[in-house]
Amino acid sequence: MATFSPAEAPAEGRAMTPRPFAVVHRRREAPGIWTLELEPVDGEPLRPLPGQFTMVYAFGIGEVALSVSGVRDGRLIHTVAAVGAVTTAICASRPGTVLGVRGPLGNSWPLERAQGSDVVVVAGGVGLAPLRGALRHLLANRGEYGELVLLYGSRSPAGVLYRAELERWRRLGMSVDVIVDAAGPEWPGQVGFVTELIPPARFDPDASVAMVCGPEIMMTHCARALLDRGIAAEDVYVSLERSMRCGTGHCGHCQLGPTLVCRDGPVYTYDRVAPALHVREL
Amino acid sequence: MKSIAELVAEAPLFADLPPDRLELISGCGQNVHFADGETLFREDTPADTFYLLRHGSVTLETYVPGRGSITIETLGAGDVVGWSWLFPPYRWYFDGRALELVRAVEFDTTCLRDKLETDPALGYDLMSRFAQVLRERLRGTRLRLLDVYGDVLSG
Repeated sequence: MATFSPAEAPAEGRAMTPRPFAVVHRRREAPGIWTLELEPVDGEPLRPLPGQFTMVYAFGIGEVALSVSGVRDGRLIHTVAAVGAVTTAICASRPGTVLGVRGPLGNSWPLERAQGSDVVVVAGGVGLAPLRGALRHLLANRGEYGELVLLYGSRSPAGVLYRAELERWRRLGMSVDVIVDAAGPEWPGQVGFVTELIPPARFDPDASVAMVCGPEIMMTHCARALLDRGIAAEDVYVSLERSMRCGTGHCGHCQLGPTLVCRDGPVYTYDRVAPALHVREL
Repeated sequence: MKSIAELVAEAPLFADLPPDRLELISGCGQNVHFADGETLFREDTPADTFYLLRHGSVTLETYVPGRGSITIETLGAGDVVGWSWLFPPYRWYFDGRALELVRAVEFDTTCLRDKLETDPALGYDLMSRFAQVLRERLRGTRLRLLDVYGDVLSG
């Protein structure tokens, strides 16, 4: 089996200093969503684990936390939705642009713990991006896992990410179901909310690990549907998103009840965070 | 080849239905199939059937002038299609179209309503089961109304 390389933890004192990374490739995934490949200017690659994030700095504009959506040939890959000033600037970065990167930060998906189990991956919208590295790992180590199921919800057919890769994952033996909120007659797939894919999905709830990523309300409803199927709450993992500033557990901006998402997360078991997720204003 | 009663018993909607009730309901059912693209029912026509899907997918659609046919929902194997037969004026509100080869059990709801009216306990049981389906579909529809995939932190 493949083993994980330990995540490259930034040395104390360097954690707050961005390293220059050059944009070497930029691809439009969907309206307002771009995938960027970043190469370290100093040549020293990052080795993030699936589920970790980095802080990416658009010089002169600001810094934002971005989940890592892959690593290839030493290049760091981020899939970014342009939703604010910083992410819009990052999405607009053409090859040659230099961005600042801190990290990798946070914890990762439970890929070792899931060995020997069925794995149910539930993604919503751009939430597929932080799961992409985990999906690639699962397929690269197919023999270590039972059934592999990806349930993916999107607002519309145009918003579906990684279309070619979804097909490849299917061919490699993963059950991939995509469902969209609304569609015209050109869409041959399913229409509905992603929770509707959970009851008929093929997995053994007594021997499964679920990994869920997407908007928080989607994750909450998916977690409930997974629990209804019989998966234990401690086997359901969610990746939380909060406003992160320092990324190193010092500033407190990403506090959720007793936890700091940048330091203790972003990946949590549902039983650990469910009480806080149901407290309004947290 | 399985009997209608056996097929009905396998459906989540009819899970744990007592054998006598299963027989009563199955007496109103028959096996049908639809080719890819074939219409199961059309909006504003009499709703005198419902379907238990055994294989394939069905889309519920409506025609929006200027936009064409819009898919409201997709249903697959194990799902029940149609509840317009439960309430007057017993007419379909949407189109139903096969997305691929569909095999289903089709129920004659005139036959079924007659049985439910003479057996209120069966009527209550069946209505409760359909209400659960309605609840799940309503929950999914409400979540879609939230348009959650546009709800990301700005940065």
